[in-house]
Amino acid sequence: MQVVIIGAGEVGTSIAADLASDHDVVIVDIDESRIEDIKYDIDVLTLAGDGTKSSVLIEAGAVQADMVIASTDDDKTNLVICGTAETLGDPFNIARVKSAEYRRTWEQTGKAFDADFVICANLQAAGTIVDVIGLPSAVEVSSFVGGLVKMAEFDITEGSPITGQTVAEADRFDSLTFAALFRDDDLVLPQGSTIIKAGDRMVIIGSPGSVQGFAQQVAPVATPDTADDIVIVGGGEIGYHTARMLEMRDFSPKLVEQDSDRSRALAEDLPETLVMNHDPTDTDFLRRERLDEANVLVSALGSDENNMLVSVLAKRIGAKRVISLVDRSDYVQLFQEIGIDAAVSPRDVTAEEIIRFTHEKVAENIAVLEGGKAEVLELELGADSEFVGRNIREIDESVNSDVVFGAVSRRGTEVVPRGDTVLEQGDNVVIFVESEFVGQMLAMG
Amino acid sequence: MNLYVSPRVSVALLGTVLRYVALAMLVPLVVAVVYGEDIWVFVVSIALVVGVGLLLEQLEADPDMGPPEALLLVTLSWVSVSVIGTIPYLLAGIGTESTVGLSTGSPGAAASSIVNALFESTSGFTTTGATVLGEISLDQHSRALLMWRQLTQWLGGMGIIVLMVAILPEIAVNGTQLISAEAPGPSFEKLTPRIAKTARILWLVYFGFTVAMILLLSAMHYLGPVLGMDGLAPRMDLYNAVAHALTTLPTGGFSPQADSVGFFSSAVQLTFVPFLVVAGTNFALFWYLLSGDVKSIAYDPEFRAYVGVIAVLIAVLAVVLFRGAAEGVDPGPVAEGEAFDAFRQAAFQIGSIMNSTGYATSDFAGWDTGGQIVIIFAMFIGGSAGSTGGGIKVIRWLVILKAARRELAATARPNAVHTVRFGDNVISETVVRKIAVFTLLYFVLYGIATVFFMLNYNGTLTTLEAMSASIATLGNIGPGFGALGPFGDYLHFPGETKLVMVFLMLIGRLEIVPVLAIFTGLFWRSS
Repeated sequence: MQVVIIGAGEVGTSIAADLASDHDVVIVDIDESRIEDIKYDIDVLTLAGDGTKSSVLIEAGAVQADMVIASTDDDKTNLVICGTAETLGDPFNIARVKSAEYRRTWEQTGKAFDADFVICANLQAAGTIVDVIGLPSAVEVSSFVGGLVKMAEFDITEGSPITGQTVAEADRFDSLTFAALFRDDDLVLPQGSTIIKAGDRMVIIGSPGSVQGFAQQVAPVATPDTADDIVIVGGGEIGYHTARMLEMRDFSPKLVEQDSDRSRALAEDLPETLVMNHDPTDTDFLRRERLDEANVLVSALGSDENNMLVSVLAKRIGAKRVISLVDRSDYVQLFQEIGIDAAVSPRDVTAEEIIRFTHEKVAENIAVLEGGKAEVLELELGADSEFVGRNIREIDESVNSDVVFGAVSRRGTEVVPRGDTVLEQGDNVVIFVESEFVGQMLAMG
Repeated sequence: MNLYVSPRVSVALLGTVLRYVALAMLVPLVVAVVYGEDIWVFVVSIALVVGVGLLLEQLEADPDMGPPEALLLVTLSWVSVSVIGTIPYLLAGIGTESTVGLSTGSPGAAASSIVNALFESTSGFTTTGATVLGEISLDQHSRALLMWRQLTQWLGGMGIIVLMVAILPEIAVNGTQLISAEAPGPSFEKLTPRIAKTARILWLVYFGFTVAMILLLSAMHYLGPVLGMDGLAPRMDLYNAVAHALTTLPTGGFSPQADSVGFFSSAVQLTFVPFLVVAGTNFALFWYLLSGDVKSIAYDPEFRAYVGVIAVLIAVLAVVLFRGAAEGVDPGPVAEGEAFDAFRQAAFQIGSIMNSTGYATSDFAGWDTGGQIVIIFAMFIGGSAGSTGGGIKVIRWLVILKAARRELAATARPNAVHTVRFGDNVISETVVRKIAVFTLLYFVLYGIATVFFMLNYNGTLTTLEAMSASIATLGNIGPGFGALGPFGDYLHFPGETKLVMVFLMLIGRLEIVPVLAIFTGLFWRSS
């Protein structure tokens, strides 16, 4: 595959380094000295120039390229690069943005800005933080339909309360589907009477809240419950999205922000969050607001120095788990060495996501489970879909493999899939299917 | 000295407004023709008003209205319309016993009759429904004149300015500013990109409900005997149906019958209740409903609170009446233990008083204090924003309660940031501040007026009567307690008190702030 990467910052460079061994990579940056350095570091073709110019993109080979990754530090530059590349040829365009708004606009059609995939670094980082907070026991977590639907895998241990229960007994949530059980390397499609055993790996699909609730059942000790104190320090974009996603999982976090206008805006947008306006490095304030007794404290301030300060302070006064944002990815290690429980770098998670995406490059958002035994597909049903107008039981009977409809989202709200649910045009469905039938499902949907 | 506002522009546009309001007098003229009554009263009135309108228009050939002129125009229009509304009363009453007819006996009697006519006219346009007519009967007054009295309420209900914005392009230029100053409620929201279309929609919905009520009441009267139900609505003929629909939807309360709605059968009385509830509802919600959007009305926090409060007050009052609070009252007695009568009277009185209509089917001035206190409580609530109802309004109370709770929370946790919100809808601090100031001014004016009424009275006026006179005029409700009860009148107050009441009715209708803003120095001086 021929890949052109524009922007040789931390993200661009780490993607280039990962892809270099299997693909032909050209990396472009406006900064000549930066390009000079990379020339000797990684085995890729380098080019100095402005990636928004057609001449530069043509020289980099965007016309014939299979994929163009726009990864500069500026959102608008990245979107313009996608548009330019689309005019020149027909590569698969990936844009990295910071603003969640651009990502939302792109989600409307999946085609906006001529981008085939838009990844928002802030959302990605917030999503990772929320998964680290809420689902510490999950082996794997994926999001579908813009975060409205979650899929998670759990290892069932000997001590778990649901060990020995039937699936019907463990299913206490309205909008949760038990997609699969992996037992001794075999795939079992769970029935109501299937008994859950220690050593099983379970795959569930559902709303963020119900997945959270199920995690609470599987591992009550490790998983925070909704009454637990979760404190976010710093109300920047990542802090805001973290609070918003925690609200989606029925948590009521606290958020500390120093700027009073920003605090007010946050309080307006986050109905379930207690926003506090104060200097977060004031230890008296932290004690007065009982933040020293927090179950989880997330430090999401703008600079690494402040994050380190707050994290160390929080640990010292007694917060149980401390998660910190780290801007420079080479500090991640350092943060973990000084006793901070988890350090999340937005650049790292963005690069990881883009790399994962290039590996599994398919039009639909797909998660591959258990080394390729089964896959989770997200399909948007068009007018010509064979699913439209039929209910789930009929579709199940007409397909000669086992298919589980994990979730259906209709016009931005979730519909719980049952046997008599009739699918409509425009629905987003998340389907769990064995790998060999993926082609058939894609053809039908 | 340079002026910030150009009064000539406002006055010239006022001329246009008056010219069109004169057209409304064609309705009573037609009534006069149909019933073979004296037509000259209205012919002369129309000629007079059109003449004045044309004269004022000459002041400015090409009026260019800005926000300050719009603000001035609204108050000027309401004052002027109330003044021209007196012309038919004065003319028709010359040489008769009428209390609102021009008395030619002495300068003092003439002045007092003009004040009476102004009171009646203002009470009409502001949809208050307080009266100084003395004897209300078709023997004393012509059908045409009483229809004019009903029509003033209908015009004032949805708003004269809203009507003008709907039909006059030269006024629609600053229409949003104009309607914001006139429309009830803390904030006005356009339904469509063009303000003239929004105004037309509001009037159309209003007109539609009025016609629906006329048709329903007439159907009961004319089809009742055909279906073998003679007692369904024997007195509700077409004239009465039109007259009452014209004062129900604007939450007005005038009736050409001395016994108000108590004159009609109990089936008719119950038919009024849903229309009373509609009149106090935000009319924009009905537009959404007609566009197929059920959610907007079902989840509107104000509508839910409005309906909820009505239901609770009806239940409370029904229990009070059931236990005998209205025994032996005439009209509308409720014998102790009569469950259906108690419910019927409670539903009608609450539906009529809470949203500031002021009809009555039972003389609550004669009830026990238990029942009266429920009525007084309802008077302070008011209708919804964007309805034709007066008073403080349900949405303001909701915001005040939420803001008060926020203050308590902020005292307990000084560093926490709190917002005033309904679901995802955050109320801005500016709106909270405006609501607090409005409500404070409302109570201050209410208190001052009460004291003034008590001091400026020959004879004995009880505190309850004075308080009820104050809230009934400021809240555009109409009836009060004692001699001002639903079957009484305001005739016995001295002239100065009546003029203060006229002022209260006007600022109550325009919700205080747009009127008082005109009296600030900064409105007139450019520096």
